[in-house]
Amino acid sequence: MLLTLTTTHRPATDLGYLLHKNPARVQTFDLAFGQAHVFYPEASDHRCTAALLLDVDPIALVRGRGAHLTDYVNDRPYAASSFLSVAIARVFGSALGGRSTERPELVDEALPLSATVAALPCGNEARVRGLFEPLGYEVTVRPADTATTAGRYRDVTLTAPMRLRELLTHLYVLIPVLDNRKHYWVDDAEVEKLIARGKGWLEAHPERDFIVRRYLKHQRGLADAAIARLSVDEVAPDAEPEDSDVPDAPLNEVRMESVVRALEASGAVRVLDLGCGEGRLLKALLRVGQFHEIIGVDASATALKNAERRLRLDRLPEVKRQRVTLMQGAMTYRDARLAGYDAAAVVEVVEHLEPDRVPAFERVLFEFARPGTVVVTTPNREYNANYPNIADGALRHPDHRFEWTREEFAAWSERVAKAHGYRVQVEPVGEVDARLGAPTQMAIFERCN
Amino acid sequence: MPPASQHSALSTQLEIPDYCLVVLIGASGSGKSTFAHKHFAATEVISSDTCRGLVSDDPTDQAATKDAFEVLEFIARKRLAARRLTVIDATSVRREDRAHLVRLAREFHALAVAIVFDLPEAKCHARNAGRPDRDFGPHVVRNQVRSLRRSIKRLGREGFRYRYRFQSGEEADAAVIARQPLWTDRRAETGPFDIIGDVHGCFDELVRLLGELGYRIRENGDGYAVSHPDGRRIVFLGDLIDRGPGIVDCLRLAMDAVDQGVALCVPGNHEAKLLRKLRGRNVQLTHGLDATVAQMETQPGAFHERVASFIDGLVSHYVLDGGKLVVAHAGMRADLMNRSSGAVRAFALFGETTGETDEFGFPVRYDWAAEYRGDAAVVYGHTPVTEAAWVNRTICVDTGCVFGGTLTALRYPERELVSVPAARTYYEPVGPKPGDDRPGSDDAGVLDMDDVRGKRVLTTRWQRSITVRAENAAAALEVMSRFAVDPRWLIYLPPTMSPCATSDRGGLLEHPAEAFQYYRANGVTEVICEEKHMGSRAIAVVCRDADAASSRFGVAGGQAGVIYTRTGRAFFSARGQDGFESALLARLRDAADRSDLWRRFETDWFCLDCELMPWSAKAGDLVKSHYQPVADAASIGLTAATAALDMATASGLDSTALLARFEARSAMARHYARAFGHYNWPVKSVDDLKLAPFHLLATEGVVHFDKDHGWHMDELAQLCGDDPVCAATAYRRVELSDESSCAAAEAWWEELTANGGEGMVVKPWQFVVAGDKGIVQPAVKCRGGEYLRIIYGPEYTAEEHLARLKQRNLGAKRSLARREFALGLEALARFVEREPLRRVHECVFGVLAMESEPVDPRL
Repeated sequence: MLLTLTTTHRPATDLGYLLHKNPARVQTFDLAFGQAHVFYPEASDHRCTAALLLDVDPIALVRGRGAHLTDYVNDRPYAASSFLSVAIARVFGSALGGRSTERPELVDEALPLSATVAALPCGNEARVRGLFEPLGYEVTVRPADTATTAGRYRDVTLTAPMRLRELLTHLYVLIPVLDNRKHYWVDDAEVEKLIARGKGWLEAHPERDFIVRRYLKHQRGLADAAIARLSVDEVAPDAEPEDSDVPDAPLNEVRMESVVRALEASGAVRVLDLGCGEGRLLKALLRVGQFHEIIGVDASATALKNAERRLRLDRLPEVKRQRVTLMQGAMTYRDARLAGYDAAAVVEVVEHLEPDRVPAFERVLFEFARPGTVVVTTPNREYNANYPNIADGALRHPDHRFEWTREEFAAWSERVAKAHGYRVQVEPVGEVDARLGAPTQMAIFERCN
Repeated sequence: MPPASQHSALSTQLEIPDYCLVVLIGASGSGKSTFAHKHFAATEVISSDTCRGLVSDDPTDQAATKDAFEVLEFIARKRLAARRLTVIDATSVRREDRAHLVRLAREFHALAVAIVFDLPEAKCHARNAGRPDRDFGPHVVRNQVRSLRRSIKRLGREGFRYRYRFQSGEEADAAVIARQPLWTDRRAETGPFDIIGDVHGCFDELVRLLGELGYRIRENGDGYAVSHPDGRRIVFLGDLIDRGPGIVDCLRLAMDAVDQGVALCVPGNHEAKLLRKLRGRNVQLTHGLDATVAQMETQPGAFHERVASFIDGLVSHYVLDGGKLVVAHAGMRADLMNRSSGAVRAFALFGETTGETDEFGFPVRYDWAAEYRGDAAVVYGHTPVTEAAWVNRTICVDTGCVFGGTLTALRYPERELVSVPAARTYYEPVGPKPGDDRPGSDDAGVLDMDDVRGKRVLTTRWQRSITVRAENAAAALEVMSRFAVDPRWLIYLPPTMSPCATSDRGGLLEHPAEAFQYYRANGVTEVICEEKHMGSRAIAVVCRDADAASSRFGVAGGQAGVIYTRTGRAFFSARGQDGFESALLARLRDAADRSDLWRRFETDWFCLDCELMPWSAKAGDLVKSHYQPVADAASIGLTAATAALDMATASGLDSTALLARFEARSAMARHYARAFGHYNWPVKSVDDLKLAPFHLLATEGVVHFDKDHGWHMDELAQLCGDDPVCAATAYRRVELSDESSCAAAEAWWEELTANGGEGMVVKPWQFVVAGDKGIVQPAVKCRGGEYLRIIYGPEYTAEEHLARLKQRNLGAKRSLARREFALGLEALARFVEREPLRRVHECVFGVLAMESEPVDPRL
C-alpha cells in the first residue's frame, strides 16, 4: 500500500515542512495494523516526492473464530484502503489539519501537487474520474481499461494545483469509497467525521450520495442522516428504508396484500407463514386482528433472527407479541409442530426448492401439516420477458431453482389438490399483461370436508 | 392376559407385573409408606407427602395438596412413559382419587394394582400419635377409613386388575412382593425364528413353506408332530383361519406346534372374531368366517373347545430376542410394546385406523409403520402386500396367499424372506386388490423434523454417543434443506481431515515425518501415503441403471446416480456444467462394466470417495473473484513499493533494509500467484475433468472399511483402467519402523510438493484403527509449502509470520475428524443394512452439523 505525494513548487523540499517529515530520513511509525514508513524517493529543489508505505501485518488481520478460509488470503495488505486513510490521519495529521510550523504561509496556498495511489481497487476508470475530476484533478489511471486488464486494481495519479490539506482530505475520504470496504466498525461517529472532512467540497459533489452511502458502508440509517445534513436546501430523502432495495417493491406490496386478503377471506385465525424469511408477511399479518396466532417458519436461523429484529418483537406490547411465534423448520421435513393450523402462506418459496425436493414439500404441507387453506405464490416465468434486465430463459433470482409458466403452475396446483383432497383456484397477482399474464401467480387451496 | 384376581387376605405372596402402576390405598397411619419402603426402591415410590414437601417445604401442608398432586402426576407420567414400575403412596381412599390414577395407568398401558391397607381405625390413630407431624384430629382418619370401606368392594370395576388387601399390620408385614414379567415379555427367547404371515386356511402352502424352511411334519393321529433339526421355531402372526380350504388342519398344526414348544402364535382379528362366535355371540359370517364355521362343523365339540381355549390364551404380541424383535398380527407401535391394555390388544389385532372408511367400506388404515421410530424390528401381517419390504424397521409379511399371492416367512435373525406361491386364488378380494400398496407406503422417504432437530446424541458402532449440538443442527438444517441433494442419495458425507502436527523444521508448517510420528505413537506399524490431489472432494453414488436407483435408493425419475460435494450439494451446479453429472456417471458405469464390478461385488450400485479436478471446476468463481485479485493487488502494490524504495536507495537514503524486505515480499507474492495456477484449467466438457477415487466405500450389503487401503487402491486402479478421466491415485506403502521406508516417502513428498503438488495424505494401512483413546485419525494430510500459500496467505513463509503460525492447535480439528469419520461410516453401514432413511440421514446430518463448528479453517 503506497501513496506518493509530489510537488514541483520551488523549493520543492518545502513539502518536508508541510508534511512535518524530514526528507533526509526514513521514518517508521507503529500503527495498530502494522507499520507505516515515510521516505522520499526524490528530494530536490525542483521536484520532491514523499512516499507513505504501509506494511500491514497479514497474520494479525484476521481475528476471532468463525473466519472463512478466504479471509486469510486477501488483498488487504496490498490494496489501497481505509488503512491508508488511517495512516494519513496518523502520520500526516498536521498536514491534514492544515498546520505547519515552519511554512504556515504555504498551508493555504494551492501548490502544484500530484498524488499517486498504488493498487487502488476501483473497478473501472470512469468511476475514479467521476469522483476526482469534479474536484479539479487531472486523473491518470494505469493500466488503462482494456480488454486484458480485467483486474480491479489501478495505479491512480491525481494532478492539480491544490492545497495539500485538501488533497489529503480528498484521499482520506475517497480511497475507502473506491475500495468499498472498511476495516473498522462504522457508527454515528463516522457520520460526524464525514461531515467534518467533507466540508466545502462534498455538499456540491455530483456523486455526493454515492460517496456518502459507500463511506458509511451502506448503512442506510447513517447514510440518510448524513445526506440530510449535507443537503440543507433540499428535501430530505424518504426515511422509510423498508423494501426500497428490492427492485420489485411495488409488486411485493401487491403480493403481500393479495396473500393477506386471501387468508382473511378464508376466515383463518391460526396461520402459518412457511418460509417467512425476514418477516415481511408476518408484519402484514400482525396488522390484521383476525389472526390470533401467527407462526413464522424458516430454515434459516439467521433469517429468523433478522425477522425478530425487524418485527421488533422485544418491543411489541405483550398482547401483540404473544400472537407471533418464530420457529426454525424446513419444508422438506415432516413437522408435527405445523399440524392443525387454519391456513398456511407459502409465499415465493417453492421456486427455491430443487425440483426433486418438491414432492417431499407437497407431502409435508398437504398431507402432514394439512392446513384448511394454503396460499402459494410463485413467479410466472412467462412474464420475465417483460423485464429488460433478465436474459432470455434466465430466472428472476440466482437462487431460483426453477420458475413455472402459468400452465405448469396450474397443472401442479390441480394435481396436488386432487392428490390431497383440496379444491384449488389460481389467480394472477400484479398487473396482468394480456399476452404473458401477471408477474406473480397465486394458488388458493381449500381443504375439502 | 393375566386373569383378574382378588387374593385372600392371608396370601403372603403378592404377584404383580414387573411393569404396572401400584396404588397403595389406606388411611393415614395404616402403614403404606413403611410397606413401600420395604418392598420397592425409593425411586419407584412417589409419595404425596414428599411432593407436598417439594412444593411447600412442609409434607403435611394440606394447602399444597393441589400442587403436590400435579408434581406427583408429572413424575408418574415420566416414569410410566419410560415403562417403569411406579408406586403411588397417597391415601387414595376415595373412588374419584383412584379413578384419576386408573386413567393414568390406562394412558400408559400399565396394569393398575391396588394394595389396600384396611386396618382398624384405632391402629392408625396409634401410629399417628407416635409421629410429631401427624397432629391432625381423629376425625381425619375416621373419615378416611369410612371412605375406604365404602368404596373398596368395587375396586375390580374401577379398573384394578390386581387387588390385595391387608386387614392387619401382621398381614402387611408378612407379605412378599413377587414381580412377574408380562405375558408379552419373552425377551429371553432368542430364536432363531421363522415368522409366518396370514395363512387363512392355506394348509398346503403352509406345509410346503415349512418344508422349505426345514421343518419336519409328521401326522400323528389326528394331529401333527412338528420339529426342526436346528431347533428353529415358528411364529404364527395370526389369521390362520377363514377364507381358505384347510382351516381345521391349519389350526391343528398351529395348536400342536405351540403345545410342542415349536411355535409361538399371536392372535389375529379373525381369531378374535371366531372366539366370539364360539362363545355364542351373534357374529356376522362375513370376511370368510363362513368357511371356518362350515369346516369346523364336522369336528367334535372337544375340538371346538380346544380352539376356543387356544385363542383365548393367545397373547396380543410378543417381545422377543432381548427386545430386538416384536411380533404382532397388525403391527405394534413403540409406545405400546410390552405393555398391557385394551388399546394394546386392539392395536395388535387391528392396527391403527383413522376412523374413516374407504370407498369399499373398509376402515382407512393409519400408516403407523411410516412413523415408527422404535429400535425393535416389528414383524407383522394383516394387510396383504405384493412384496414384503422393510419400512422403518418394520416388515409386513402378509403376501396375500389366500388371494392367490404367496405365503411368506421371515427368517430371523437372518432376515431372509422365503415364499411359496399359492396354488390358486382361494378367495376373491372385496375392495382394493391385495398388493395395491397403501397410499403413503413410501413414507420412509419423508423425514421428520424430530429426526434432526435440537440436541441429539447418536450412537455409532465405532464411537459411542456422539453429540450433535442444537445450534449446529440449526445451521445444518438450512444447508440440508436448501442446498443438499435428495436425502435418499446422501448415504455418506466425508469427515474433515486434520493436518499432521506442526513441523519444527525451518520454513515448513507440515512435513510427513510428523504424520509418521503420530501413527507410530498410536501403535500403527504401517501406513499408506497417497498423493493428495488438489481439486474438490466428491462423493459419487453410481447405479447400474435407473431401475437400480429406484429400487435401491427409492429415487424415481430416471436418475441413475449422483455426484455431490462434501456438504451434500450437487457437484455440478454451476452454469455451463449441465449434463456433466450424467456424463461422468456414465463413464463410471462403463468403468464398472469393463472391470466387471457389478458381478464381482454382486451389486447394482457403488459409492466412491473421490477428488475431482480441477479445483477451478468447483472453485472457478472463487479463483476469479478472490485468489486472482489477491495476486493482482500484491503484484501492483509491491511493484510500486519496491520501485519507490529503489529510487530512495539510489538517491542515497538509508532504505536498503526496507528495500530488501519488500523485494522478499514481492518474491513471495509471485510464488503465491504460481501456487494456485497449478490447480486451474478450463473445463469445457467432461473430458477436461479428472476424477481420482481413493475409497471404494460401499457396494450392496457391504461397507468396505474392513479392507485395507491397498485393496482400495487396487480395486480403484482396476476400475479406472485406462479411462483418461479417471485417475488412479499414486501411493507408497510405508513401514513405520523402517527408517529407509519413511525416508523414501519423505523424499517422494518433497518431490511432489516441489512440483507444485498439494502434498500427500497419510493413513493407517487398515481403514479403521481403534486406539486406546478411540479411533485413531483415519488420515492426516501433509501439505506442501507452496500450496499452503493459498491457505495461510502469500507471505506466510516469512519468518516472523511462520513463527506465529506454528502456534496452532489441532485438538478440536482431530476430535471433529474422529466423530465425523465414525458418523460417516455409520451412515453407510446403516444404509447397507437397509435401515430406514431417517437412521442413515441422522448420521449424515450429524456430519454436516459438525462442519458448522468453528474450527480454524486453515487446518
